[in-house]
Amino acid sequence: MMAYVLRRLLYAIPILIGVNLLTFWLFFFVNSPDDMARMHLGMKRVTPAAIAQWKEARGFDKPLLLNREAAGVEKLTDTIFFRHSLRLFVFDFGRAEDNRDIRREIGERMGPSLAIALPSFLVGLLTYVSFALLLVFFRASYVDVWGVVLCVVLMSISTMFYVIGGQYLIGKLWSLVPISGYGDDGPGAIRFLLLPMAVGIAAAVGLRTRLYRTFFLEEINKDYVRTARAKGLNEWRVLFVHVLRNALIPILTGVVVVIPALFLGSLILESFFGIPGLGSYTIDAIHAQDFFVVRAMVFLGSVLYIVGLILTDISYMLVDPRVRLY
Amino acid sequence: MVPHILWTDVLIYLLLAVIAGFAVYASRHEHLRTPWRQVTRRPMAMGALVVLLAFVAVGLLDSVHYRPRLPGSATQTSSEVRSALDALLSPLRRRTEKTYSAPFATHAHGRETVLRPDGALARAYPRLLHGGAHLTDGESRLADILVKVATATGTVLLLWLPLAAWVAWRQRSPGDGWAGGWQRLWRGESELPWRTLLLTLVVLLAAIANLAWLSAYYHVLGTDQVGQDVLLKSLKSVRTGLVIGTLTTLVMLPFALFFGILAGYARGLIDDVIQYVYTTLSSIPDVLLIAAGVLSLQVYMAHHPETFDNVTTRADWRLLFLCLILGLTSWTGLCRLLRGEVLKLREADYVLAARSLGASHFAIMARHLLPNVMHIVLIAVVLDFSGLVLAEAVLSYIGVGVDPTMDSWGNMINGARLEMAREPMVWWTLGAAFLFMFTLVLAANLFADAVRDAFDPRLRR
Amino acid sequence: MTTPVDQAILRVRGLRAVFDTPEGVVHAVDGLDLSVAPGMTLALVGESGSGKSVTALSLLRLLPSPAGRLAGGEVQVAGVDLMRLSERQMRTWRGRRMAMIFQEPQSSLNPVMTVGDQLREALAGEDRRLPPAARLRRLVELLNAVGIADPEHRLDEYPHQLSGGMKQRAMIAMALAGRPQVLIADEPTTALDVTIQAQILDLLQRLQRETGLAILLITHDLGVVATIADEVAVMYAGVIVERAPRATFFASPRHPYSRQLFRSLPARGKRGGSLETIPGMVPSLRQTFAGCRFADRCEHVEPRCRQQEPPWLTIAPTGVRCHRANDLPPLTISEPVPAHPTPSADTAPSPLPLLDVSDLHMHFPIRRGVLQRAVGYVRAVDGVSLSIARGRTLALVGESGCGKTTAGKAILQLLRPTRGHVRFDGYDLTALRGESLRLLRQHLPIVFQDPVGSLNPRMPVGEIVGEGLCVAGVPWHERQRRVAELLEQVGLPDEAMRRYPHEFSGGQRQRISIARALATQPRLIVCDEPTSALDVSVQAQILNLLKQLQERQGIAYLFITHNMGVVEYLAHDVAVMYLGRIVEQGRLEEVFAAPRHPYTQALLSAVPVLNGEGPARIILGGDIPSPSRPPSGCHFHPRCPMAGARCRREYPAESRLTATHVVRCHLLGSGTG
Repeated sequence: MMAYVLRRLLYAIPILIGVNLLTFWLFFFVNSPDDMARMHLGMKRVTPAAIAQWKEARGFDKPLLLNREAAGVEKLTDTIFFRHSLRLFVFDFGRAEDNRDIRREIGERMGPSLAIALPSFLVGLLTYVSFALLLVFFRASYVDVWGVVLCVVLMSISTMFYVIGGQYLIGKLWSLVPISGYGDDGPGAIRFLLLPMAVGIAAAVGLRTRLYRTFFLEEINKDYVRTARAKGLNEWRVLFVHVLRNALIPILTGVVVVIPALFLGSLILESFFGIPGLGSYTIDAIHAQDFFVVRAMVFLGSVLYIVGLILTDISYMLVDPRVRLY
Repeated sequence: MVPHILWTDVLIYLLLAVIAGFAVYASRHEHLRTPWRQVTRRPMAMGALVVLLAFVAVGLLDSVHYRPRLPGSATQTSSEVRSALDALLSPLRRRTEKTYSAPFATHAHGRETVLRPDGALARAYPRLLHGGAHLTDGESRLADILVKVATATGTVLLLWLPLAAWVAWRQRSPGDGWAGGWQRLWRGESELPWRTLLLTLVVLLAAIANLAWLSAYYHVLGTDQVGQDVLLKSLKSVRTGLVIGTLTTLVMLPFALFFGILAGYARGLIDDVIQYVYTTLSSIPDVLLIAAGVLSLQVYMAHHPETFDNVTTRADWRLLFLCLILGLTSWTGLCRLLRGEVLKLREADYVLAARSLGASHFAIMARHLLPNVMHIVLIAVVLDFSGLVLAEAVLSYIGVGVDPTMDSWGNMINGARLEMAREPMVWWTLGAAFLFMFTLVLAANLFADAVRDAFDPRLRR
Repeated sequence: MTTPVDQAILRVRGLRAVFDTPEGVVHAVDGLDLSVAPGMTLALVGESGSGKSVTALSLLRLLPSPAGRLAGGEVQVAGVDLMRLSERQMRTWRGRRMAMIFQEPQSSLNPVMTVGDQLREALAGEDRRLPPAARLRRLVELLNAVGIADPEHRLDEYPHQLSGGMKQRAMIAMALAGRPQVLIADEPTTALDVTIQAQILDLLQRLQRETGLAILLITHDLGVVATIADEVAVMYAGVIVERAPRATFFASPRHPYSRQLFRSLPARGKRGGSLETIPGMVPSLRQTFAGCRFADRCEHVEPRCRQQEPPWLTIAPTGVRCHRANDLPPLTISEPVPAHPTPSADTAPSPLPLLDVSDLHMHFPIRRGVLQRAVGYVRAVDGVSLSIARGRTLALVGESGCGKTTAGKAILQLLRPTRGHVRFDGYDLTALRGESLRLLRQHLPIVFQDPVGSLNPRMPVGEIVGEGLCVAGVPWHERQRRVAELLEQVGLPDEAMRRYPHEFSGGQRQRISIARALATQPRLIVCDEPTSALDVSVQAQILNLLKQLQERQGIAYLFITHNMGVVEYLAHDVAVMYLGRIVEQGRLEEVFAAPRHPYTQALLSAVPVLNGEGPARIILGGDIPSPSRPPSGCHFHPRCPMAGARCRREYPAESRLTATHVVRCHLLGSGTG
């Protein structure tokens, strides 16, 4: 298995280079550094000198990919791509427009992101699987039929409405929890997390429950379930012991891959509820058109996705004895 | 009046042509005709289809663009681009208020300083310019609305009853007459779900008639900050939603199909390269890739103003680009799915048989593999639609969605966030966006469900 | 009747099971009576669609809901009517009094639970309350009872770690865990190879002797019936049409359907002519029947058969549902003729064979590690040489996993062989590439086993059959004409052209496959188990067709199969494969009359024989080893009853017994060839 993980990690290198090339192309070829400088300095009063200064301060006065003037290896290394994009591989993200160190910022904001994303993820998974099991237990009855209709209705509502509606109803109208904000420590902080968590879970409940239900139903028609029934097992045992473990395999496919990405937090929830996590950091960067932060987040997202893929394969191996990783 | 064709219009017409072509193709192929027939027998799906068609009609009307001539000039045209829908709704467009007003309001939402007849200044809710302007001061607004609703609904019913009767007449079995036909219709025993179709139709027509009738006198869904009718904005947003939901799929489909089938069939180096490309693309979180793309576009547009000479063209380009980049993020999923399926299919006996008969690689891919993965494509297309419509709202909120000047539900919701915080609250923009979006997405989901049930071989018993 | 009703432990009366489908109600089981006494085996025989598997599920009330439901009748086990029990009570009967084993051991075991866990679940009564140590002993005892070696170890293994035969043994252990009195076995050996089938049947018989189990055996294979049944019930279209003790049934079947089944079985004695077939198809069970359900296909049909449902007649000891049971002529089946070379067809092979395969290897690398280097090879085909002359049939025989299908694909270059040469008509196929290979392929079509998977479901039949013509560049009009001709040749109407594969039955689809293969007027067709998925009566039709084509057009066949009856009927030459290599080959008469390799001997003896008077059965132990790690020396030595020290050391060389008969075995002296 170690060989497998090692091979996958090696494979990650070309992928990350590809990701870097893509963002590099978007930010430096589609737009020249001059464009960027002009935008950040304001459109009106831009002198060539100001642009040059802006570029120099950030090292953007170098050639993009190949420095013809430099000698030897420097031909490749003394370039914007090498200086700016390849540095990402050692998680050196540079500084944001406001001159803050991006890596430190990310480190500080991971905590709040995780504080909301992880519990939402776990509680959510439990909720969706239980609802799906419930529908499957009552399959082909009215509970199931109307349950599915309810799921379709719920998944037809935009996340934005869950957020706005949740904030209005629970926070403003009933005043149960604070509308937004984030407490640092202590049990009091949980109050701030409850609403975003509830909203996050509710927004996906229709989609997930319905999806998991089909996974369960697919398993329930298989031969081994018939064998289990022929042994005289009761329906709950059939569902929980036999069907659940097999249905976990397709469920894991979609679930494990997002676990590492939980660090990145949720853009919408965090910005709506004023949680100082990575999600709101990203959204602020987008609003401020801060390419450096966006690029750092893209890179980080890719790394976490690849880790997620490897974790998914490992989780298959843990759940499904037929899977061996070589 | 000079026709003006936007890029998205071109693609919409192309899409219509593709759909028409597919319909002809499907009608000639049993394996496609049968599942579609199954879809037409599902009451929910057909009801949803009627609603979807209404949305499509609005969207199509909004996709016929022209530039009106400048008044007093024979040759010069206005730089403003209008659509057929704009022309149809021009009364709504003209009837703007000063600022916010609630649905069916006759007075403004906020107090203003007004000049009393006696010359004194006072804080009061002024009458609206257009909303309920036909009412005299003492007249009851509720009674007026009720009368109008009753008239509109009654008219629709009068038109609808002969239609229903005609359907019932056609449904009667040879033995019995009218009564039998009605009974079959009412019990839902007809082959097509006429009962649901007719009921959906009457509800839809009544809604349209009422809106049309009432909006001539009131702002049915209120007005926004600059006094524009929210109903108009909601209707104009329909096209944006539909374009994102459909064009995205249209632009990504050729890539997904070609690369997915090729990777699965050719294997080896080609497969490695294609896998590398889609793993790389899908490794970037969607929102960030879109953000990166749109940010670049913004800067590019800001520095090339000459290419994007007017507001409509610029917004259209941005919409198109958004579709492209959304397509870029979503083709990878379908591509992976197709590759997996083709990997299985290429070992199928019938593919081996074709190879053993000397069929060329191209023939195998086109004649054997493609038709056998079409159901996956179809399911993906219909399932993606609602997801994309919902995504538009999120992206617009984040600020990387459609152009802020473009009417879209996402922009409406985004604006509504601040309005919700006002005192007294302005809820109708949000409400209208919710209503329209929910209706469209729900209808799309219900229809997609039926399509999936009919086409997915695993769900067939 | 050999089973007095009062002794029966399982007694079924008037059982009816129906399925609701969009097209109407299917009466899958329509008034079924049967009874089984302790220690006895009743075989319920029928072709697909006869309702026999539905019967099995109905007895345990396990019909797939909500589509399937029981519509009446009673099922008594030890005097209790199961139909009156609540679902909760019923659960205490499943697995305890009445257990069941299924056809596909592969899918019938939960892939993510260990064998031990699944076995433990099946324990009942006091066994459940045993202390852990004693319970473990009980589980080990169960696995021992079904002949699984090293049971302590196996308890912690997952199903995929067991071989097919071993899985079925585990299934049987699970069935026995509840100490049942009745065992329902639904096609328990259909998915298994003949030598494994022999092991399992032997096991069932032994268990029955030890525990006095009553077995209801559901099968389509008359050979299996002949081996272990005490009593036979023949099912057709949802009802039992004949019931008799085994000996009586095989000596004189009474129902026209049973009789025709016997006559459509392929065998060497029938080589001269074509097999008898049953015309038509099993009737749809959606209809209500007025008369006899078999009337439309019966050769002895009378007007009353169509109007009046036949009564149950008892002609002791047989019971039969037929109007004419008493006045049918005695059944004649041509007896096996002694082996002798028939001079007409079996002239010496022509000097230039049509297909000549020499030293064919097909190795698949097993890649491991960071750099995915090949750490070993699956030697699926490991040095196969054979040749086929014009107009002759070579049967490539072997059990699953022996590499015969891979060999077929490698010969056609559908897989590129690792080593060796395939010469067809003077061309070396292994040396050809690209376009030239593509064009030559038209002359080497293949017919597959699976009638569903071998036809593109999205293509009308006309296009499927015309595929080869299309490749050859035949213009459209000419193609249409040829396709119509071909369809006629294989006995299908030409309006079939516009229809899609799913509208045809299994047998008809195989005809379409054959028509597709014939389109380019090939001289050799590779047939990969073309009749294995078909019922006996349909199989006969396809075999007749293949034989007829050979006689008329002089086509040669490479016939890949595991069915010895088919081989005897159709083949001229036989090659027996074991673990990637040919262990014995020669003319049919030589190999089948006097098999010299112990594996061939075991293979032939494991084929259940109808009249029960075949050679003494040799039951091979163990499973086929994996081709990635073949045993040292002779691959067969771990299972060979006669293996000596030399067999473990070195692979035997060829012993040439006659000009055509070649065997690889140390027992035949030190390699005369």
